[in-house]
Amino acid sequence: MSGVRVLVGTRKGAFVLTADGKREHWDVSGPHFAGWEIYHVKGSPADPNRLFASQTSGWFGQIIQRSDDGGKTWTQPGTPPGEPTTGPGGMPKGESNKFQYDSSSETGKPLTTHQFYDGTQHPWEFKRVWHIEPSLTDPDTVYAGVEDAALFRSKDGGKSWQELSGLRGHGTGPKWQPGAGGMCLHTIVLDPSNPQRMFIAISAAGAFRTDDAGKTWRPINQGLRSQYIPDPTAEIGHCVHRIAMHRSRPGVLFMQKHWDVMRSDNAGDLWQEVSGNLPTDFGFVIDVHAHEPETVYVVPIKSDGEHFVPDGKLRVYRSRSGGNEWEALTKGLPQKDCYVNVLRDAMAVDSLDKCGIYFGTTGGQVYASADAGDNWTPIVRDLPAVLSVEVQTLP
Amino acid sequence: MIRVVLPSHLRALAHVRGDVELEVEGPVTQRAVLDALEARYPMLRGTIRDHVTQERRAFLRIFACSEDLSHEPPDALLPDAVASGAEPLLIIGAIAGG
Repeated sequence: MSGVRVLVGTRKGAFVLTADGKREHWDVSGPHFAGWEIYHVKGSPADPNRLFASQTSGWFGQIIQRSDDGGKTWTQPGTPPGEPTTGPGGMPKGESNKFQYDSSSETGKPLTTHQFYDGTQHPWEFKRVWHIEPSLTDPDTVYAGVEDAALFRSKDGGKSWQELSGLRGHGTGPKWQPGAGGMCLHTIVLDPSNPQRMFIAISAAGAFRTDDAGKTWRPINQGLRSQYIPDPTAEIGHCVHRIAMHRSRPGVLFMQKHWDVMRSDNAGDLWQEVSGNLPTDFGFVIDVHAHEPETVYVVPIKSDGEHFVPDGKLRVYRSRSGGNEWEALTKGLPQKDCYVNVLRDAMAVDSLDKCGIYFGTTGGQVYASADAGDNWTPIVRDLPAVLSVEVQTLP
Repeated sequence: MIRVVLPSHLRALAHVRGDVELEVEGPVTQRAVLDALEARYPMLRGTIRDHVTQERRAFLRIFACSEDLSHEPPDALLPDAVASGAEPLLIIGAIAGG
């Protein structure tokens, strides 16, 4: 019987939640990496037992963890204890946590500064991995979106990482600046129909697309309007929070921006607002139904000054028309005295029939709906603040 | 034999319990001890010193013999008591969070 595995990253560790296809009874394992911030955990579509986790700490820096047994055991790729510190050919082990910005002459550009909060130019400084995106086809290839914003790729299962420096080098890098949460590359979307194409998003620079597997990039922010930057329609500077795609229609993108829910029907070349009747169009998460490419989910948040749901009610909003017309989904969700947030990587969908929807809150709840959002139940109620939720549908 | 006391999170990463004992060749300095530590436990690379700059992480301190050695030059000799193994080198995570 098929089942699901929900991968949850929290402020104080990772948790793995599993259930069969009915999604009624859940086993909870964890905390893994107790006490560490787990920004993201995601499984390889090419090998569901291979999981990658971003483990990070203000004290000890960045750790990449990998599991090859579905989350039962974890190792840092390439760094078994007690073994020689160099591998065949003298390749040093212990490099899985090393994210070194490319400053090679091959790039032809001095990729050294971006705009800082005070308007001065500031050197890029690696802080952490926000998002991990495994390849759709190769279990050894995985992408990492990092703070300060850059895109890295590993082709050896996470043992070593190389920057795809064409992103920072395409020309606007010196104009990028951090949002309140830092200058992070938090969204990586791979095109299942075209391995040369991927999309990324950066707070606060905007969305970018490559059509040559990461060598060159272009901003795709036309149609976005952001009142909080000097030129509201500037080429870059927009605080994109999240982008979602349905794999059957990779040219159609949905975006939750800082304010505004947006849609593009031409792979980001032009965006139009589809906030419609949402009670507020501020928010972080956005996702698409696994089988209905025009069915989209968001969780409206009151404002950028009040990072909690409006009116004390936790409501997921669903549009069955690709935006503009939204309905509140409330059954099973708290409708009074609720003041949680749902962060950008904390919603995911499974591919069972009916489609399951999952999200986690800063209050430590992980909610699941086994009927596309009509009814919700908490899988767990009292985890540390949830940073990310991913779902694997298992055979 | 040099003794090093790690914070609990780093002991978990390195899969060790209690103090770490290291052989250090040549002058016993902070750099030599950390090099030996990372050579034996490669998973600790980047956790005490930045991977690229080799600077001590801001929220980590290095104590020994009731002294804060965090700002000593990395190639300065450590106290004899550390070099002889009589006293441990303490790597401490700064207390924060109230």
